[in-house]
Amino acid sequence: MAKKETPQENVQVVKKIVDIAEDMRLTIKNQKQPQLKIPLRALSNVEYDANEGYFKLLKNIKARTLTASTIKTFAQTLRMMALSKQLVETNDIATKREAYYVSKNWGEARFLEQPESDTVMDDFEAMMKVNREQIGFIPEEKGGDIAGELVVIDKDQETGKELRIDCTKFGSGAYSVPSSCEHLKFETKAKFVLAIETAGMFERLNKHLYWKKANCILISMGGVPTRACRRFVRMLADAQKLPVLVFCDSDPYGFFSIYRTLKVGSGNAAHINEFFCVPQAKFLGVTPQDIIDYKLPTHPLKEVDYKKIKDVIKNDPFCKQSKEWQKALEQMAKMKVRAEQQALAAWGLNFVIDKYLPDKLNNPKTWLP
Amino acid sequence: MIVKSAEELAKKQREISIAEFFEKNRHLLGFDNPRRALLTAVKEAVDNALDACEEARVLPEVNVELIQLEETRFRMVVEDNGPGIIKKQVPKIFGKLLYGSKFHKLSATRGQQGIGISAAVLYAQLTTGKPATIISKTGKDNPAYQLKLKINTQTNEPQILEEAEIPWEGKEHGTRIEIDFEGSYMKGRQSVDEYLKETAIVNPHVTIIYTNPEATQLLFPRAMEELPPEPREIKPHPYGVELGRLLKMLEITSAKTLQQFLTEEFVRVGPGTAQQICQNAALLPNTKPKQVSREMVEKLHKGIQATKIIAPPTDSISPIGADQLEKGLRKEVNAEFYCSTTRPPEVYRGNPFIIEASIAFGGEQDAESTVRIMRFANRVPLLYQQGACAITQAIQATAWRSYGLQQSKNSLPAGPCTLVVHMTSVWVPFTSESKEALAHYPEIMKEIKLALQECGRKLSLFVNKKRRIKEESKKRSYIEKYIPHVAEALQEITKVSAEEKKKLEENLYELLEHTRGELEELTVENPEYDEEFAKIGAEEEDSEQEKEQEKPEKKEKQKKLIE
Repeated sequence: MAKKETPQENVQVVKKIVDIAEDMRLTIKNQKQPQLKIPLRALSNVEYDANEGYFKLLKNIKARTLTASTIKTFAQTLRMMALSKQLVETNDIATKREAYYVSKNWGEARFLEQPESDTVMDDFEAMMKVNREQIGFIPEEKGGDIAGELVVIDKDQETGKELRIDCTKFGSGAYSVPSSCEHLKFETKAKFVLAIETAGMFERLNKHLYWKKANCILISMGGVPTRACRRFVRMLADAQKLPVLVFCDSDPYGFFSIYRTLKVGSGNAAHINEFFCVPQAKFLGVTPQDIIDYKLPTHPLKEVDYKKIKDVIKNDPFCKQSKEWQKALEQMAKMKVRAEQQALAAWGLNFVIDKYLPDKLNNPKTWLP
Repeated sequence: MIVKSAEELAKKQREISIAEFFEKNRHLLGFDNPRRALLTAVKEAVDNALDACEEARVLPEVNVELIQLEETRFRMVVEDNGPGIIKKQVPKIFGKLLYGSKFHKLSATRGQQGIGISAAVLYAQLTTGKPATIISKTGKDNPAYQLKLKINTQTNEPQILEEAEIPWEGKEHGTRIEIDFEGSYMKGRQSVDEYLKETAIVNPHVTIIYTNPEATQLLFPRAMEELPPEPREIKPHPYGVELGRLLKMLEITSAKTLQQFLTEEFVRVGPGTAQQICQNAALLPNTKPKQVSREMVEKLHKGIQATKIIAPPTDSISPIGADQLEKGLRKEVNAEFYCSTTRPPEVYRGNPFIIEASIAFGGEQDAESTVRIMRFANRVPLLYQQGACAITQAIQATAWRSYGLQQSKNSLPAGPCTLVVHMTSVWVPFTSESKEALAHYPEIMKEIKLALQECGRKLSLFVNKKRRIKEESKKRSYIEKYIPHVAEALQEITKVSAEEKKKLEENLYELLEHTRGELEELTVENPEYDEEFAKIGAEEEDSEQEKEQEKPEKKEKQKKLIE
């Protein structure tokens, strides 16, 4: 149940929204054209900060001046701000889809498709320089699955009392990361976090209680990690000072869509990468060299793979500062092949548990930064 | 089998007179069906009347009357205020095919062959058996004389049935023809009504008084008191002369030598050029024309083509003028945009010609159907055989999409548009004797396309401007749509009073409208437009003929689409 009074941490957000609107109102009163200043959300507007370990937003700003052709977006952004203010004031939330449906009451200013409302929301979020959970909007997507010796301390939704969740007690299932995790606390004796690309590999490791054997926490990312997943891993790793190791397919998508986004954030959400990145993450495998060392079955690279490699080497700020990654990508391009995590099964279904992971863990030199 | 001897067959072999030939092939002259016959008869009579008046430098006033005698029988009376025809000439002009003043000279007149009016007389005689009645008066002091004549189809000679001197009160000079024939009167785009109206459009110096079979009188008064410049007769240009014509010219020339023949009978041939031609033809300049053999003529013909000769003078033809053409179109079509152009003179086969074009776009015209085409040749409207005409083909070959009209490949463009094309020349090349379609000479096609493109460019400027204005007003309606939302959201966030909100809305209006500036306006004002005038010929097409004519075209189009 949403509470009616405004929590203290939300007051700041409300003030910021009111400030923007008031400023705009006065500008219009003075017969000047108001502007919406939104940081440009693209890979071209980020730089990799090696010290901080994540993508930092550069100063490029997209200024949208109120004219006949921008007035629709203006009206929609302001409507979205009003909705956000209302949500934050009443400590309520709306999913992106719900916000889209709320707009159906806005008459001519309504959104026709959800992507339109998502874009306006992302712009507003960037404008506020906070993450969207703080302005009352939550994503639909699931955060990821957790298994291992970890106690997550949450609050009871009804009573607000402390709620201890033991992640070893989910049997063949797993604990699911909530979409907002700022309030979570952790207790663990594990030595490291292992983030896994595919649900299938997670299932295998969970089934054989690999977390017990290696004394680690397993996280299934299910493709590109969601914001919640990134935030959860970051908070967990920070709070418990745990190293994070990433286990992905050996292909450009695994390297630079999944691993890179987890470690340093994305171009699209650059304004919040500070919180949604895991700089301590390291790439455990599968590396291109692993393909050779473990004689893995492969698939040929496709046209899109070559394109992605070329694009990453040329444009990705993280890759540009990493000799190792450039070498790895060039090696892959030369080998003309890629391999999936599951390819390890060619040497026996549990080869990954008995041989590959222990080998790799003992050999940090074979990791990639 | 019975074998016939050559002698037997020879009994059936005899000369065919030209009149007999056309009696059997009247479709070649435009008398193939009753509706078209009515139009062709009027057309031939009016063309002749106008030519006669202009040649005599008299402002033409033509009276046309159609009387329905029976279901399918009509009487046509056409009377002009021309110079009249001397008594001796009347029978030959009206009663002998291929007799006329215009075939052997080159000047921009309506008639060319000397077939038209006598063919109408012949057609009347064929369908009703009645003679034509001609009255002509050449001056105030001369009496008018009346003739009733028929054509002897075997000899192609006039046959006078009656002749008399009669008083013609109130008429100083002029000619009147009256014939009865089988016909069918229908309204529509191929009607006599339409023909006379279009004639008025491109002949603003002409007054036409027309009484149609419904006894309605339509008056097309002249819009200008000046005759167009007199068409100048020119000698043929060597490039345009065919072998047979060259042979004939050599036979009848009075020149003493080939050199003299070339310089005297042709335009743009001086002594130097004549020598050059003879040299290229390997003939002696002092050869006597009478002694030139057929082989030598062929050499001469080749020699001409091999010699560089200056293009013919172009001052022998005069266009209607872009302004006049546009003015006529304004009267007929109520559109939003008009433009017109007159191309500089060009030459095909040694004949100078000028192409003019005009476009009327938008307004009350149907936006979905194909464009309306109005074709003219030497100020004569062409109503039939649109599909076979070079003008139509040039329109199809022009890329109209870039000018803002819709067009599928190799077909006529579609849109709210009327296209007018006029060709004037000392010799207009028609595809047949009925003179309804221009022949496809590349030079002519090229000029038509250039004229259309010139108009098209102006049209695209207008279409773009119209689109801009449409977008602008769309943006303005945008402003009005969303200002309340901006104000309401701001009020919701900042909690200002309703009064402040109203002020905010006003401020927003001022701010946004102000930065947009004045709205460009497209005012359409066409004082020239004459609604009654435009209605003539615009009635429902009810001709079966028309539909049948269009069918094969459509089938072809479908074929192309499938391909």
